[in-house]
Amino acid sequence: MGQTIIEKIISGHSGKEVHAGDIVVARVDYVMGQDGTAPLAIRAFNEMGGKEVFDRDRVALVIDHSAPSPNEGVSSLHQLMREFAAEKDFRLYDVGEGVCHQLLPESGRVGPGSLVIGADSHTCTYGALNAFSTGVGSTDLAGGLISGRMWFKVPETVKFVCNGNLPSGVYSKDLILYLIGDVTADGATYMAAEYTGEAIAAMSQEARFTVANMAIEMGAKAGLMEADDKTLAWLRRFSDQRYTPVSADTGAVYSRVLEYDVSWLEPQVARPHRVDNVAPVKDVAGRPVAQAVLGTCTNGRLEDLRIAAGILGGRKVHRDVRLIVAPASRRVLLDAMAEGLIQALVEAGAAIVTPGCGPCVGTHNGVPSDGETVISTANRNFKGRMGNSKAEIYLASPATVAASALTGKITDPREVPGT
Amino acid sequence: MKFGGKSHKFGNDVNTDYIISGKYKFKTLDMKELAKHVMEDLDPQFYRKVSAGDFVVAGTNFGCGSSREQAPLAIKHAGISAVLAKSFARIFYRNAINTGLPVVECDTDQIDPGDELFIDLAAGVITNKTKGSNIPVKPLPGVMLKILNDGGLAPHFRKHGGFNLQ
Repeated sequence: MGQTIIEKIISGHSGKEVHAGDIVVARVDYVMGQDGTAPLAIRAFNEMGGKEVFDRDRVALVIDHSAPSPNEGVSSLHQLMREFAAEKDFRLYDVGEGVCHQLLPESGRVGPGSLVIGADSHTCTYGALNAFSTGVGSTDLAGGLISGRMWFKVPETVKFVCNGNLPSGVYSKDLILYLIGDVTADGATYMAAEYTGEAIAAMSQEARFTVANMAIEMGAKAGLMEADDKTLAWLRRFSDQRYTPVSADTGAVYSRVLEYDVSWLEPQVARPHRVDNVAPVKDVAGRPVAQAVLGTCTNGRLEDLRIAAGILGGRKVHRDVRLIVAPASRRVLLDAMAEGLIQALVEAGAAIVTPGCGPCVGTHNGVPSDGETVISTANRNFKGRMGNSKAEIYLASPATVAASALTGKITDPREVPGT
Repeated sequence: MKFGGKSHKFGNDVNTDYIISGKYKFKTLDMKELAKHVMEDLDPQFYRKVSAGDFVVAGTNFGCGSSREQAPLAIKHAGISAVLAKSFARIFYRNAINTGLPVVECDTDQIDPGDELFIDLAAGVITNKTKGSNIPVKPLPGVMLKILNDGGLAPHFRKHGGFNLQ
């Protein structure tokens, strides 16, 4: 019986051929936690009677969600993480190193065929590297830290075939927003998504991360892609390790196969307060924005900064807009500096904040005030997400965010002259 | 496990940011403190309305969004005995079982706000005392029942020294 990508990866980590519906305990290659989830995991680790982590080279904690710390409560939890990592002698990525979902791929330890658990729902991001990576909570994280294993129900897979090429001014963010709008916030709950087709193959590796990152917003356990030369070339920048790509069998069984022609796609936004409340940008164009956010694990990579700098370079952010830029990692920040992108963005009026999650999760770095509209490249627009339930959050591509920052209102990036 | 209490009803797609906002959860491990803010963005009075043993009752995809385990913990520490929904988001579902909060899949259209409910988890039956009806329950997968019966994943690990689910 043919297997999907995720069935093959779980089979390879559980020592037997598995199919959707099977429940197995599988070996995990890497275990990660962040500052919103690790403190509870440390407590659970101790409750479980944990002594050491299963492999100090296969675990990491990342301080990215509230970094640097905005108050003493957060500071004490960060300290707990530092002490735990030091005591167990494994890697902690501290303030300023970046978002966990950028750092793990950059670590070179995650690649095709890997199985990763992370105590953060957007751990599905590494599906773009042909890995099965999924979000868990703190207690599962503790179990993974101790045992190097996790139990899984092998999910069914829904396959998204994206035919055609994305038009100019339309990006991978627009595509994934459109797909989420189509299948809704629970369209793939308990399932894996496989993204395939001409449009995925044509995307850069960085653009693919954006698509995999948002699989959770349709409820999916994972969002997987096949590995190709671009994937392997991207990985070679960070690791000498040889990975064997995992492809679905031709006879693989899917719960649904959805085909799309993306050659007509327009720039998309998710409107408040749901990620699946998606519409073309033109439907909401003209709405004044007070804050624009470029960054996060969805769209804080070099290519995203390049797109925004291409629109904003030599121009000025609208005087009524605060543009906040959070590069996904220190490496991204350094690369962007070397390319002159940070110079261009700061000259345009952007405020650059510490590489990390930035204002996405409402702890610091730009909490909006009552009644304000925010346009952001992040992945969630739930009421209160950015720390104020009286603000409205629209999600869009880096190009749409940059164009909107420029004009002071939600703007289709194709309508900005000279871009 | 048997519980009795009244229903507090919510809609579809209640996400973990609504259950407990990020602005609170990063600051503390004191779940009793977090519990005061549970469901705050949906109903600012919710915490004050709950009596020990009550139920959260919702539609589809309850607990979607982030992986924060503070979500089931805040619900539990607010005095809620179980969450009943038509379906759950998967990370929340695992987290609830791992932390010992019962989660029950059932047809919640048969429950109105304020209905008096009684649940016998072992028997798999919900009795709506207000309506005088019984509501069937979708049974938990065997592995989750084992974890729940051990009191959550931490006691399970302490008892067995690791996963013992086969």
